Amino acid sequence: MAKAKPPTVQIKAFSDHHVITQPNPLRNVVRYVDNDDEDDPVARAEQALADLSGEFDNWMVAECERLAAAYTAMTDSQFSAASRDELFRAAHDIKGEAATFGYPTAAAAAESLCRIIEHAPSLAAVPGDLVKHHIDAIQAIVREQNSIQRMGVAGELSKRLRNVADEYLTAVNQDRPEHLEAVLAPSIVPGD
Amino acid sequence: MYRIDFNKLRFLVCDDNAHMRRILRTLLHSFGAREVYESEDGATALEMFSHYVPDIVITDWSMPIFDGLELAQMIRQPEANGNPYAPIIMLTGHSEKRRVTMARDAGVTEFLVKPISAKALYQRIMNVVANPRPFIKTKNYFGPDRRRNASSSHVGPERRVGGQMEVMQQPSLIDKARIPG
Repeated sequence: MAKAKPPTVQIKAFSDHHVITQPNPLRNVVRYVDNDDEDDPVARAEQALADLSGEFDNWMVAECERLAAAYTAMTDSQFSAASRDELFRAAHDIKGEAATFGYPTAAAAAESLCRIIEHAPSLAAVPGDLVKHHIDAIQAIVREQNSIQRMGVAGELSKRLRNVADEYLTAVNQDRPEHLEAVLAPSIVPGD
Repeated sequence: MYRIDFNKLRFLVCDDNAHMRRILRTLLHSFGAREVYESEDGATALEMFSHYVPDIVITDWSMPIFDGLELAQMIRQPEANGNPYAPIIMLTGHSEKRRVTMARDAGVTEFLVKPISAKALYQRIMNVVANPRPFIKTKNYFGPDRRRNASSSHVGPERRVGGQMEVMQQPSLIDKARIPG
């Protein structure tokens, strides 16, 4: 498809904008099949993901190690901007991946940590225990997955961390309305 | 029903996380895609975008140095190399409304919140393949039409004048982002 000749572009001019329409360059990629067609690409992909899932525990451990190393690097560097960014990316990756890897409560704790890093006026001024407890909790959830998940402790742990983090962020952002609004805004994703 | 011939599509995947790239590669290959190019940062992705001319770009947001938002902005340069009309699917852990708005204003075509699922990814790809939106060029925006419905309730200064015919009947990017991957 990528080598096909570019289709003709139509441009309509208005007083403050142009509307540009090109014939769909990918129209030949879509085809009609009968409803009884047995090929199901989504089911095939879900099966492939299930086949890959044997790797997920090791991947999650690696992500936890990356997070812990980023935290150590940040404290060693006196909270440099680069180390802060790496800590955020490590936590943010866990937020996005952990549920896929089978650790949804670790994702919730990582999201809470991301909010601290993003909305605290100064990460150096955040009570040290607050950040450390998040990292410890994520590691514990992954390490003790079978036992604490079964007891429901992991979910409660993540929820309490989030409550403490939100309480702190609400208090320190009273003079920063854009951050306060972001902290208090409900998630756009249902169930969060 | 409609199906996509993935073997005719060329993808560029940009994510700094190797695990997520592996998952994306697995999903796309399972759908039937053969050409999946990968980059771990925005700068390399931009080079690959110009070189390989992908049909669809799937990018993370948070990456070191040159992030996915900047990548989208660089792709959406009308005079730039490559195809500035290429569909861009932002696949990210960010789930805040203001982030969706930022992505939309950078020219992102579809927004998909992690955790990822095969079904949600397939649906986003189907939408950009089967229902492309017209592009709008203003003095400070170039990208897919940001109007997804006929509501005229917006009275802000950026409301453009005329052009009612191009209004698309699709859920907004924020409405779509509410559905987790």
